Amino acid sequence: MTVLSVKDVTVRFGGLVANDAISFDVSEGMLAAVIGPNGAGKTTLFNVISGAMAPTSGTVRFNGEVITGLPQYEVSQKGLVRTYQLVQLFKDLSVRANIMTGFHRVTKGGVLAALLRPRWFKEQEARIAARTEELLDFVGLRAVADMEADKLPYGQQRLLEVARALAAEPRLLLLDEPAAGLNMQETAALADVIQRVNSQGVAVVLVEHDMQLVMQIAQKIVVIDFGRKIAEGDPAQIKAHPEVIAAYLGGTEGLDD
Amino acid sequence: MTSPNITSTDSMRHVVIPVAAVLAVLGIALSSSGYVVTLIGFAAIYGVFCTGLNFFMGYTGQASFGQNAFAALGGYGSAILTANYYWDPVLALLVSMVLSGVIAAAVGYPTLRLRGHYLAMATFALGLITYEISIEWNSLTQGYMGLSGIPPLGIGKYELVSEKHQLVVLTLVMLVGVWVSVRLRDSRFGRALRAIAGSEAAANALGINVARYKLAAFVVAAVYASVAGSLFAHFVGFISPEVFGASMVILSFTMLYLGGVGTTWGPIIGALIVSLLPEVLRGLKEMQDVVYSVVLIAILIFAPRGLSGLSVLFPRKQTGQTKQAEKNA
Repeated sequence: MTVLSVKDVTVRFGGLVANDAISFDVSEGMLAAVIGPNGAGKTTLFNVISGAMAPTSGTVRFNGEVITGLPQYEVSQKGLVRTYQLVQLFKDLSVRANIMTGFHRVTKGGVLAALLRPRWFKEQEARIAARTEELLDFVGLRAVADMEADKLPYGQQRLLEVARALAAEPRLLLLDEPAAGLNMQETAALADVIQRVNSQGVAVVLVEHDMQLVMQIAQKIVVIDFGRKIAEGDPAQIKAHPEVIAAYLGGTEGLDD
Repeated sequence: MTSPNITSTDSMRHVVIPVAAVLAVLGIALSSSGYVVTLIGFAAIYGVFCTGLNFFMGYTGQASFGQNAFAALGGYGSAILTANYYWDPVLALLVSMVLSGVIAAAVGYPTLRLRGHYLAMATFALGLITYEISIEWNSLTQGYMGLSGIPPLGIGKYELVSEKHQLVVLTLVMLVGVWVSVRLRDSRFGRALRAIAGSEAAANALGINVARYKLAAFVVAAVYASVAGSLFAHFVGFISPEVFGASMVILSFTMLYLGGVGTTWGPIIGALIVSLLPEVLRGLKEMQDVVYSVVLIAILIFAPRGLSGLSVLFPRKQTGQTKQAEKNA
């Protein structure tokens, strides 16, 4: 089954065409990647998919339902959860509190429930607390659970952002350049987490610069350049694709290095 | 408090010690002269106001320069209903609360689409408009003259005639206000507010309807402000437009930042200190304002997170895990 279907998405900023009729599908449980040189339009595409921006034309479907034009929080509520290129953590809150906030989508209750605290509310809080500990273990942040998010090293901040997104129990997780600014060990830890998330049946789409990471973990790769999709396929096909090689390296080298 | 397992040392720090301090202040006030009672009473009323403001400015991270509008609504609501129509003070307070909440929702809905400076300006205008209305609507508010003859708090036949009795009730109302704020903060609702303060982008990505939660925080703050206004009217027995003027905004901001914005007890500490400081410094005569300013600036320099932030100076028992974590970082 197709979880995400992007169809003819075009975004124009005045005369600039940031996305030119891009189409691709992501099936359930797939780990896909969108790559492309700087300024290719990856982040714009991501913003359209996540509902942060409406496309000039074209549609995005999530679980068969058209989500283009919906406000971002409604898209997230449907189970399409994203992270940001520049980590957007709740800096003053502890690592644990950051994760607890992630459960918003899958929990209920407002002012009245908070005030009166009926039994279901307490049970829900207990579930949140237990799940939070599980997620801390899942990404390996238990030892720093009480620290302020701001004080974590960058690699752990990324992991925290992923853990917080997982708290929302996404059906599709969008990761915007998750490995940007990470060293090799941190990237490896992140790749491991992403693969384990995916093995639990969560579809993942990542926009990424780190070619090695993409080639290592993605099952499907979509390549865009100057706003157009120039290739789509598995890592082996992409590596051999002449247009991709041209776009990335001016056609002189392979992508293996 | 973010930890789900609240240890006994945590509850000492966050509940027992502050409540004991509040009761101690109350005790001192009750054994003092009438003037001290009045001052501490004002501090308690401002404590309620600032606890509400803290929802919007502290937890949610938005600026409102117009919360005095809702204090005016509460104050005039209670004054008019009790003095002119002989309503029960408690009923008048509750009705004013609901009215303020409804008006806050109606006014906030369009206003809260603004951000940052624009939101600050729009809310400031809200306070100014309310001030003008309270001056111009003579038939209802008696303009600059103000409304007098407001009865003290009470239920039915029982009136709290003495100021000291009223102070006890004011303190209790304030403590209930704090208790409510803690309950709201440590919940899905409170987490959503703090998410908005932390990053609106991330809040959106987690499915939080940012506009709705901002509005909810604004309404909660307005309801607290309304209660503070009602309490003021009954405590003093007289209100005028000046009471709820722009000086209320400045005073409450000073209290909030001095005590610690975004903390539970900061607004209360700030309200107490800002209420008492001018009186403590009265003996300095013409130097009074200078020293007052110096003290405020010094506190903001040496305790930038407010006085309640200074509690970190007292050693907290660390678990092995956090120590390890700090080493790793």
